[in-house]
Formats: sequence, C-alpha cells, structure tokens
Amino acid sequence: MRDTSSSQNSRRAFLQASALIGCSAAAWPLMTHVTLASAPGEDRLVVIILRGAMDGLDVVRPVGDRAWAALRGPSLNGNAPPLMLNDFFALHPALGDLMPLWQAGELGFAHAVATPYRNKRSHFDGQDILEAGTGLDVPDLRVRDGWLNRMLQSVPGIAAQTAFAVGRDELKVIEGRAPYRSWAPDTRLVLSQQSRQLLEQVYHDDPLFRDAGDEAMDLADQLGDDRAMSPQMMRKAANRADQAAALAKFAAERMQQETRIAAFSISGWDSHRAQSGVLRRQLSGLSQAMLALKSGLGPLWKRTTVLAVTEFGRTARENGTGGTDHGTGGAMLMAGGAIRGGRVYGKWPGLDEADLYQRRDLMPTADVRLYPAWAMRVMYGLDRNVLQDKVFPGLDMGDDPRILL
Amino acid sequence: MRRTAPEETQLSYSPMIAAIRFGYGLSPDIAPPADPQALLAGLRAPDMVAKTYPLPSLVQAVDGARALREARAMEKMAGDRSRQDRVRAARLALRGAQARAFVSQLQRAVHAPDGFRERLQYFWANHFTVAAKGPAMALLPYAFAEEAIRPHLAGHFADMLKAATTHPAMLIYLDQNSSVGPNSRAARRADAAHKRKFGLNENLARELLELHTLGVGAPYTQTDVRQFAKLLTGLGFNSEGGFVFRPGRAEPGAETVLGRRYGGEEPARLTDIYAALDDIAAHPATAQHLSRELAVHFVSDQPDPDMVAAMSAAFQRSDGHLPTVYAEMLAHPAAWAPIGPGAKARQPWDFIAASLRGLGTPPETLAGFDPGRVQRFLALPLKLMGQPWLQPSGPDGWHEDASAWITPQGLAARIGWAMKAGRFADGDLPDPREFVQTALAEAASPTLITAARRAESKAEGVGLILASADFNRR
Repeated sequence: MRDTSSSQNSRRAFLQASALIGCSAAAWPLMTHVTLASAPGEDRLVVIILRGAMDGLDVVRPVGDRAWAALRGPSLNGNAPPLMLNDFFALHPALGDLMPLWQAGELGFAHAVATPYRNKRSHFDGQDILEAGTGLDVPDLRVRDGWLNRMLQSVPGIAAQTAFAVGRDELKVIEGRAPYRSWAPDTRLVLSQQSRQLLEQVYHDDPLFRDAGDEAMDLADQLGDDRAMSPQMMRKAANRADQAAALAKFAAERMQQETRIAAFSISGWDSHRAQSGVLRRQLSGLSQAMLALKSGLGPLWKRTTVLAVTEFGRTARENGTGGTDHGTGGAMLMAGGAIRGGRVYGKWPGLDEADLYQRRDLMPTADVRLYPAWAMRVMYGLDRNVLQDKVFPGLDMGDDPRILL
Repeated sequence: MRRTAPEETQLSYSPMIAAIRFGYGLSPDIAPPADPQALLAGLRAPDMVAKTYPLPSLVQAVDGARALREARAMEKMAGDRSRQDRVRAARLALRGAQARAFVSQLQRAVHAPDGFRERLQYFWANHFTVAAKGPAMALLPYAFAEEAIRPHLAGHFADMLKAATTHPAMLIYLDQNSSVGPNSRAARRADAAHKRKFGLNENLARELLELHTLGVGAPYTQTDVRQFAKLLTGLGFNSEGGFVFRPGRAEPGAETVLGRRYGGEEPARLTDIYAALDDIAAHPATAQHLSRELAVHFVSDQPDPDMVAAMSAAFQRSDGHLPTVYAEMLAHPAAWAPIGPGAKARQPWDFIAASLRGLGTPPETLAGFDPGRVQRFLALPLKLMGQPWLQPSGPDGWHEDASAWITPQGLAARIGWAMKAGRFADGDLPDPREFVQTALAEAASPTLITAARRAESKAEGVGLILASADFNRR
C-alpha cells in the first residue's frame, strides 16, 4: 500500500521538471535514446480491450436479483456451482482461479456500465467509441487518437517506451500522435548489416514504412533474440489458447523495464450461441492473462492497475440459441495490487422488465469511462479538466469512486 | 521517371497499375491487361483457373466435417482409445484437404490471366465474411466463396446477396440455422414436449443490414433488426448440407422491415425473404455503402468522393449490376493515381500472392508442398503478418487501412518472409537487377533500383525488393 498524498506530490514535481525537457521528446515520435527512467512515475497501467461484447451479466452474475433466475436458463449458467462474491453477485466459475485475487482485494468489478454508445449495437462502432473515448453515441470521425494516447499527450516527458501496444490486433485505444511502441511477443527479425542499411534506404521516402521499419529493427535489437524463428516457435505463436497469456507475459516483461502503460486486446466474446462454451474458453484465457501479469510483474504488481473493458453488454434474457444478443450495459474488470478490489462498484439498476434499457438490456447507470478517468487522475495526477475535456470529452467525472488504494 | 504529381498529368489507364492495383501484380509469364475493357472482359471469359485449381464443394466440406464428427462420436462410445486412429485419420484427411484448398486458392492468384476476377472474389468473400467455427468446418469458407460468391462476381448484387445469405457456411457462421420463430410450430411443439426452448437469434439479421448491405450509418433501428430476424427464421440446411427452407420454424405473421411489410402467409414462404433481400439490395444506402467499400479496397483508404458518387449512381441506374459499377470505378481518373507513399498497402495474402506471381513460381512448386510446408512457408507467415487466413476476428473481415498492416511487427514478418522467398523461385534465383523490373516495372523507384544492385547476394536482393515500400504499395 502506498501513501497516496506524498507519491502524488513527488510525481507532480517530477512532471513539472520534465515539462522543461518534454517538448523536444514529444516532437520526435520515434525517439529511443531518452533516459527511459523519465517515464511518468512508477505506477503501471494495463488496458485490455475485450472485443466482441463480453456478457457482463454472465461474468458477474446478479444472483441476488429477484428477476435473475427467470432470465437465464441452465444451458447458459452451466452446472458448476457459482462462486459467491458477496450476498448479491456470483462470479462465473471459469474465473475460479482469480478468487484468491478477489479475496486479497486485488480483483474488482464495475457493473451496469456502458460507453455513451446506444441503440445501434454494432460491435465495430461500439469498439471505435470505446477506444476513442468520445462522448457521442456515434463515432466522432474528427477524433482519430485513442484515449490512452490522448492521456499520453497530456503528460510531459513521455518516451517511446513508456507505452506499449502488444500483439497483432489493431489497437486504436493507444494510437495517435504521442509516441508509443508496438510489438508482438513472437516476432523475430534477423538481417545482415548490409540488408538492414539497404532497407533503411528503400523505406526512407515512405513515412509509414520508414517509421515501422525503424521500429521493427530497433525492437528486434532490443527485445529479440537474434535466432530466426524455429518451426516450433511458429507453431506456438499460432496457438490461440496461449495467446492472451503470452501477450500478458510480454507486457509484464516490458513493464519490468521502462514501460508504464501497456495495452492489448482479446477477441472472441461474441456469444450469440452456446454461450457457456464460448465464455468458458474466453474467461480461461482472460484469467491466465491476469495471472501472467501478476506473476510477471512480481513486486511491481503492488503498483499495477489492470482495466479490462468491452464495447457493450448483452441482452438480459437468454436468446433462442443458448446465447445472448447485443445489448447495452455490461461489466468492467479491474485487477492489480493498486486497486481497492474485493467489491463490485456501481449502482445496480435491477432486472425487472421495466428496469431494463428498452425492456431488453441491462440499464447502464454509469459511464464506463469514469473508472479509467479516475484511475489516471490518481495515478498520474492529471487535472480533472484535462480528463473531462481532452482525454474523455464530454465525461462528467462526478465523485471519485475510489477504486485505487 | 517516377511518381508524377497528379495535378501535373491527366491520370489515365496504365497496364502496370491495372495489374498491381486491380490484380495480383506483374508476372514474368503473363502480360498485364492492355486496357480497361480487357479487365472487364476477363470477368466474362470462361473460368479456366477454377477448373485447373479446384476448391472443395459444400458436399466435400460437409463430408469432411461429418467424418471427423462420427469418428469422435465412435471414440466416445467405445469409451477407450481404440478408435483413436480413426479420429486421427479423419483429422489428417481434413488437414490435407485444407492445405490443398489453400494452395489451390493461391495458385489461382499466382497464375490467373485475369487477376481482377481473383481480387474481386477476395473482396466479396471478405465483404460477406464467414469463418470456420472449429477445425471440422475448416473447408466451409472455401465452399462458400466458390459457390455463393464466385458465380456472381459479374452479376447483380441482389443475386450474390441471396446466395450468400442462404449458404450453409453463412447460416452457421452467423447462427441463423439455429434461430427459430418463438411462436413457430417447431417452437410450440418443443415447448409442449418440454424439450429445450427454441427462439430467435439476431446475429445474421443485424450483420446483414450493418455490414452486408445498408451500412451502419443508414437509418435502420433495433426494431428493424428484430423484425428482420423474425423474417429470416426458417433458413436452414439438411444433413447433406444442402440449403432448405423450413416453414415450420418460421415466425408466423408479417414483419415490417424498413417500412415495408413482408410475409404473413401460412405456411411461410421463402419468396418473402427473397423479396426483402431484393429491396434491401436496391436501397440507395446499399449502393453508397458497397461503392465506397469497393473504392476503399481497390483504390484508396480515402477514396475520392466523386468516384464513390459515380459508382453509387451506376449501381442504382443498373439495378446493382456489378460490372457496371466496376466499369465506373475503372473509368475514373482517381483509379489511376500513381503507386507510391499514400497508396494502398497490399494485405498479407495479396503480398504473398504477388511475390510468387512476380517470381514466376511454377504450379508444381506449390502443388508439391505437404501440409507441413503449407503451414510453415505460407499459413504461419500470413498469421505473423497479421492475417490468420480465413480467421478474421469478426464478421467485418479484414481491415483496409495501410496503417493497420504496416506495423513494426507486421512489417518485420514481411521482411523475414521476403528474405526467404527464394525457395519459391523457378529454378535459380533471378538477378535482382532484372527482378526489380519484372516485379515492379516503372513502379520501382530509383532508390530501390540502386539498392537492388548493391545487395550482397541474390537472395537478399530479391528479399529487399519484395520487402520494399514500392512492392508493398498498390
């Protein structure tokens, strides 16, 4: 547990000092030779995007709600006994490995949350809005940067290594003009000195290729192992089951070094049919990823906040095919030694038909952006106005839900 | 000469650009299309490559899946491991068929005289994305592209829409086969017998409006989605995998979609579903959405609005006749903007196919690959480049933006593959100084021509050319 007031003060002092040298760093997005200790403090933030709309109601089940039992049948809930989180909510059994974290106060949830996106229920617009962090319920085409990137733009002294996008999926949440790095754990690049120089020449006039090429060669030098990838390594890289944990392990390794902020995504949450099997597989991947972060970060886990968010929730009622269709309100997961876990945050709207959004979906009672906003305010000392106007335009942060210790 | 600025010259047709932007690139053996008419005429010509390089049919895809399922069931029943060899054999057979299908698809791209047809198939199969749900169904996406997409590339969009919507691969991928009208005879019978509850699934209805036709910005509502899901009930397939319409599973009563009423007959009729698909295919929002998608895929991540408007008008004027829309695209000067920084990036499949086409890889080389090599030399590299083949993460298919593909990790995988691409050459590796001309002609920049000369070995020279920005743009 850390002393919030003093660490915040020293962080502010640090940020003010680094502002003096910050402008030159920001002007050169691929700068790699900054003293990497100039990252924003020691706190670690991991953002996981869960693509495909995770069913928050199934992950954190409101078993204490009188309307719950009638909404979901046994084909969805399965036979495994629910893991009671408190006298109202139960955890999906596939997250059983995370119960020790819950008990230690290192796992928590926010329920009945949503982005401002409503009604059309498109995965792809929903994800764009989630990652852009904007306040309208349609994608704002003028906003091309992700909210993590806008946060980075607001903190002076950011170096390229400070933020890391991990994996092969496009990750709009971190894209934008502030520097960040992007790599997949299983990438190798072995080149002769001559080939490398020639490639630098042939990429020189095309900025997209020049930047990606420079990054690739730099990162291969720093992170790679200079052996070419063996067929066995390639097969492992292609194995879906290990992927989430592999991304998390790589992120943890980076955060042992200069990286403070990492993001990756896990797709496959769209469970229109046979949801019990889909969620068992997905949650086991997510659980392994969380545990890989914890073990990979070691003592740094104490300074770590992990937030896992999805584009929207799913219908309150089971559909006709043992699954659920696209909905609105859902749940967010938080983990890490820095959080005040062991609780489910948020105001519960109830599940009676009249309480549902459009008599169909869990009614959102809070803007999901609230939680990352308050986390970043506490971790990085960002001004409330910056968070409400720039990072999450249109957000009213309200009172601190105090999710961090 | 290189990359003349658009305002300096009138942009017009170039055989080199036609081959690279609208096909799978230049080849030492195949001449590029001489004019836009040649590009379009290719679509009407007999489909020879499809005969030479066949793809699995639906029947074969279903047979493969069934063999594996039955072997698994027998293994379970036997209760011991005595049936394991049968499961292994079924799995091996599927794996072999999958590798052959992959190679066939690639051979077509490498050897087709009319690369435009292959690129159109890629585009439309991705527009109507289907992915295999589990290894047993690995052949279905091939059968889908071959049977629902390819016959309609030069036809009317409405016909492709109907074929795609009713193909078992789509019905499975977007769960339509298990969606049952809650008040249908089938659902009432199951209720009475206390069997499992039948009901609706909105997946296909939503994605059809959002992705396949109108586009997400169009004025449709959740009520339209729900009504359309009810209208689509009854679409299914039999145990041989053949499409069937089952009125007993259809929701009774009429449905209103986008302000028009469909159905209401008892028993329900497939023709009412077709009528709705025809109307949705002819909607102005569909014309606009598809025209923009085509322009984005073939021409530019930020297409000229004027080109999209012209294509959309052609779509509406011709009742969704696709070659008319393609012709409008090819007739627009923006289609012939020079290839260079800011142009489209080749997607990984396009990159690998164009590399082999440029190298003149003989059909025997790929045909001789066992499944292990297909995996090691082609399928895994595709995945590392960001494109796990036929497994996009959602029904919206692959990204179009160059920046989604040319990432540090994605480019590293392209460079790594390019440096080993010599294994695909026809005999000896080509001289890089000649290969830069074969593969890029006047699209090669002076910098690349110089660099190709300075490579330390032929393999590195060829790798450098394939990995270059010049070759990866189109």
